[in-house]
Amino acid sequence: MSTSNPATVNRWETVIGLETHVQLSTAAKIFSGASTAFGAAPNTQASAVDIALPGVLPVLNRGAVERAIRFGLAVGGNINRRSVFARKNYFYPDLPKGYQISQYEFPVVTGGEVGVASPTRGDLRVHLPRAHLEEVAGMSLHEDFHGMTGIDLNRAGTPLLEIVTEPDLRSSDEAVAYARTLHGLVRWIGICDGNMQEGSFRCDANVSVRRTGSDVLGTRCEIKNLNSFRFMQEAIDFEVRRQIELIEDGGTVVQETRLYDPDRHETRSMRSKEDAQDYRYFPDPDLPPLVIGEDWIERVRSELPELPEAMRARFVRDHALPAADAATLTASRELAAYFESAASAAGGEAKIAANWTLGEVSAALNRNDIDIARSPVSAPQLAGLLKRIADGTISGKIAKEVFDAMWAGEADGDAAADTIIDRRGLRQISDQGAIERIVADAIAANPAIVAEYKAGKEKAFNSLIGRVMAASKGRANPAQVNAILKQLLG
Amino acid sequence: MALTVADVHRIAQLARIEIDAAAAAQVHGKLLAIFAMINELQAVDTRGIVPMAHAQDVMLPLRDDAVTEIDQHALYQSVAPAVEDGLYLVPRVVE
Amino acid sequence: MTGVASTGTVAELAAALRARKLSSVELTTALLARIEQAQSTLNTFVTIDAEGALEQARAADAVLTRPDEPPPLAGVPIAHKDVIMTAGLPTTCSSRMLANFIAPYDAHVAGGLRTAGTVLVGKTNMDEFAMGSSNETSWFGPVRNPWNRDFVPGGSSGGSAAAVAARLVPAATGTDTGGSIRQPASLSGVCGLKPTYGVCSRYGLVAFASSLDTPGMFARTAEDCGLLLNAMAGHDARDSTSLDRPREDYTRDLELPLEGLRIGMPAEYFGDGIDADVAAAVDQALAQFRKQGATTVPIVLPNVRLSVPVYYVIASAEASSNLSRFDGVRYGHRAKDYTDLADMYSKSRAEGFGAEVKRRILIGTYVLSHGYYDAYYLKAQQVRRLIADDFARAYQQCDVIMGPTAPAPAFRIGDKTDDPVQMYLNDIFTIAGNLTGAPGISIPCGFDRRGLPIGLQIQANYFAEARLLNVAHRYQLDTDWHARVPGGFAP
Repeated sequence: MSTSNPATVNRWETVIGLETHVQLSTAAKIFSGASTAFGAAPNTQASAVDIALPGVLPVLNRGAVERAIRFGLAVGGNINRRSVFARKNYFYPDLPKGYQISQYEFPVVTGGEVGVASPTRGDLRVHLPRAHLEEVAGMSLHEDFHGMTGIDLNRAGTPLLEIVTEPDLRSSDEAVAYARTLHGLVRWIGICDGNMQEGSFRCDANVSVRRTGSDVLGTRCEIKNLNSFRFMQEAIDFEVRRQIELIEDGGTVVQETRLYDPDRHETRSMRSKEDAQDYRYFPDPDLPPLVIGEDWIERVRSELPELPEAMRARFVRDHALPAADAATLTASRELAAYFESAASAAGGEAKIAANWTLGEVSAALNRNDIDIARSPVSAPQLAGLLKRIADGTISGKIAKEVFDAMWAGEADGDAAADTIIDRRGLRQISDQGAIERIVADAIAANPAIVAEYKAGKEKAFNSLIGRVMAASKGRANPAQVNAILKQLLG
Repeated sequence: MALTVADVHRIAQLARIEIDAAAAAQVHGKLLAIFAMINELQAVDTRGIVPMAHAQDVMLPLRDDAVTEIDQHALYQSVAPAVEDGLYLVPRVVE
Repeated sequence: MTGVASTGTVAELAAALRARKLSSVELTTALLARIEQAQSTLNTFVTIDAEGALEQARAADAVLTRPDEPPPLAGVPIAHKDVIMTAGLPTTCSSRMLANFIAPYDAHVAGGLRTAGTVLVGKTNMDEFAMGSSNETSWFGPVRNPWNRDFVPGGSSGGSAAAVAARLVPAATGTDTGGSIRQPASLSGVCGLKPTYGVCSRYGLVAFASSLDTPGMFARTAEDCGLLLNAMAGHDARDSTSLDRPREDYTRDLELPLEGLRIGMPAEYFGDGIDADVAAAVDQALAQFRKQGATTVPIVLPNVRLSVPVYYVIASAEASSNLSRFDGVRYGHRAKDYTDLADMYSKSRAEGFGAEVKRRILIGTYVLSHGYYDAYYLKAQQVRRLIADDFARAYQQCDVIMGPTAPAPAFRIGDKTDDPVQMYLNDIFTIAGNLTGAPGISIPCGFDRRGLPIGLQIQANYFAEARLLNVAHRYQLDTDWHARVPGGFAP
């Protein structure tokens, strides 16, 4: 399929709603005591409940509920004091009970919103009608077992929060911006590890198009199982073009479920189900209603960390950081904590702390593919370095050398920067007399350059500064060198 | 709401129970009699009555988030119809 | 033997074992012989575990010779309905679907009875997946009524009821979803107690209808039922509907006099359609209670007539979902020939389930399916509340409710198999107890002109098991219906 030209696309408006499947970071499963750890040998973490042996019963994991509450509070939603688990009945080999325990009529969270920076519409509030708890199914492995499929139920019963948006999004860019923000938020509040390769964070996108100006929703297609932001963007873009071309060619969009094929860069209809989906939802008779008390909600609220949106605003307000820097620093709680810790230990040098966190530190982390939490240079160590820049002990240039040495582990402890500065003799020379002697030596040793300078060549001055700095091994205070050189050259 | 033979085939399909035309016709007759009895309920005025889903009005108990299970897949799979490399085998699933 | 009959009651046998007048091995050996002998005529057992039973009996004897206090039921042989999971033994639900299934764990109630020292001799035959009122739907063939082998023992726990009636075991477990303990107790002439829903854990019961399934037991006396209930009750964190209540001794009130007991007589239980012999026997029992100082109070349960339709909606809906796990993937029957996955599912389930089970799955699937949920399932749950409200009002006027357990004594094998509605109406008096969750007991109160037993149902409010057992026990002190032995099964 060819790309439609932008003029055509402009006559159409895209409408997107997302359902995000957030696997919750509990140690045990939602209804059993089996581990949720990823990567175990097949079915070794599938308990009697997970494989649905006859006679076993589900018992709800408090940790899953607590995470749902945390999420609901973080998005300003209502934590329903009473919610109900229902059975969603369908047959599939990775669904051992023949039904999935989910929440249907009465979810644990209703309402709430997520603030997203839309690339085209600015600050966008994405509304969340509901978020509900459910269990994950197992996995089908399609390698050839004599023409059979293998079923691994280790993942079966992993807790999941399904977060549903209103159809508030108008482009793949906005959908991705929302998904990224949500991804950051669920990790921020510690309810999900965010690992998309392992399936911890997956989206289904409901996509429809309508003529610009229309207020009637078009027929939507649901693209299932988008497990990367790039695939989400590509899949939505493809689907939008497909629907527009279909309608413009006189066709109609059929409501269906589609899958994105990242190799062919297209969505395709999932094999039509043998029967129209009729999930026969009904309240699970094994599980009385989930009742969440006020005290529980208040405890969770009191333990909730400052949220990224609030922190972003505070960084701009209190530290006078540019909005973009504040946004980058609050991409993860660890990064923000690193910055705050460094800034505060450095005596409020917020701007320079931000520059170093986003600059040298982030670059080194990226180069070495390490997480901020495992940074070889700790926040207090960085602060120790920043203090020496601020008090003139070292120049910014020398500071980079000290940073590299700290990164390489040349010294331990919060005072690592000082140790390295001393051990390597990097302390800046600010003694007027000492600098005068070095400058004088340089003038004496380079008569030709001095002559050029006197002949009016400004470049020669910089050349002399270079000689002086080299002679001081970079340690001479550059401002002082500048002033003294000017004075001595008269 | 009279149940038809087509309904019988539809629900048998939903319930994954193979049923041929003769069996469906036979079951249909029995189900009609049963639903004639069940349909007595339709005459009852239940406006405003809260549905009773559980015998006891209790709250859901919660378990602590702790791993309490050990690997017992060998025992559990000892009764499985088809297993290989720890996996349950089923006829090929086409996505 | 040492002079103590192996066919004594649980209380008698426990005392004899404790006094070392009898060893558990002697007792178990004697009962195993009775079981083997009766198997070809009554077909009460699906699995007889002679070797395991003797091993447990030897262990019990060892415990009984130690000076320290033995567990309360040490060495007493019992049987479990084959819907109850028993580690290492087949648990088939009398279904082809699970004909080869070995349970990998113990149900909570099985564990409780094990801890109490009982010796498990085997698993009893039942209606397939506990669906039936006659024990004719078993894959392993019907159980026969010890009082007359042409008649059904009732169901679904027919094997347990018949085994206790024929003195093959002093007690056996059962499960009651719509009357599956009380109705066969009535038809087989033994005591059957369905406790309050939530008092005994459902963990390890192969689920039929989760909001109604209740484990309970059969024995010959109310006292024995109390002894078993002591071992089976108790909170279980593995069942979210198990109730966390203080432990109690259910036999504590057995001897309380019945003066002042108010017996509710629901008009709906004494109307048309009751077999004349049944009506007469129940009247006689009520007279007996009056003689002991009880008074009878007329009450009304206007919605109870709707219990059968409510039950068939709710129980079938839950069953259709509960039985979805039997798909031939992880355990259970898998068809030999199939073309693909969908075909494997439908063939395995069509072959693995019998006609009654399939019928109920179809009913349940239909009432939950799109467009019908409100008209059937929701409606049934609303009427369920109306029925519960009827009972709540009644218990403001009376302490217990009495009436026939079943409208008629046992019927001939094959008589009702072709008419499911007639079969379902057998449970018309018992189902309400499952819908409300309150306890009920059936005790023998006479025989019809053909010599078939008649049962009296006593119901009480939630958690009134001790009172129920007290009322039943006092009746049994003054009557001997429960002590009668079917011909050919004398000790």
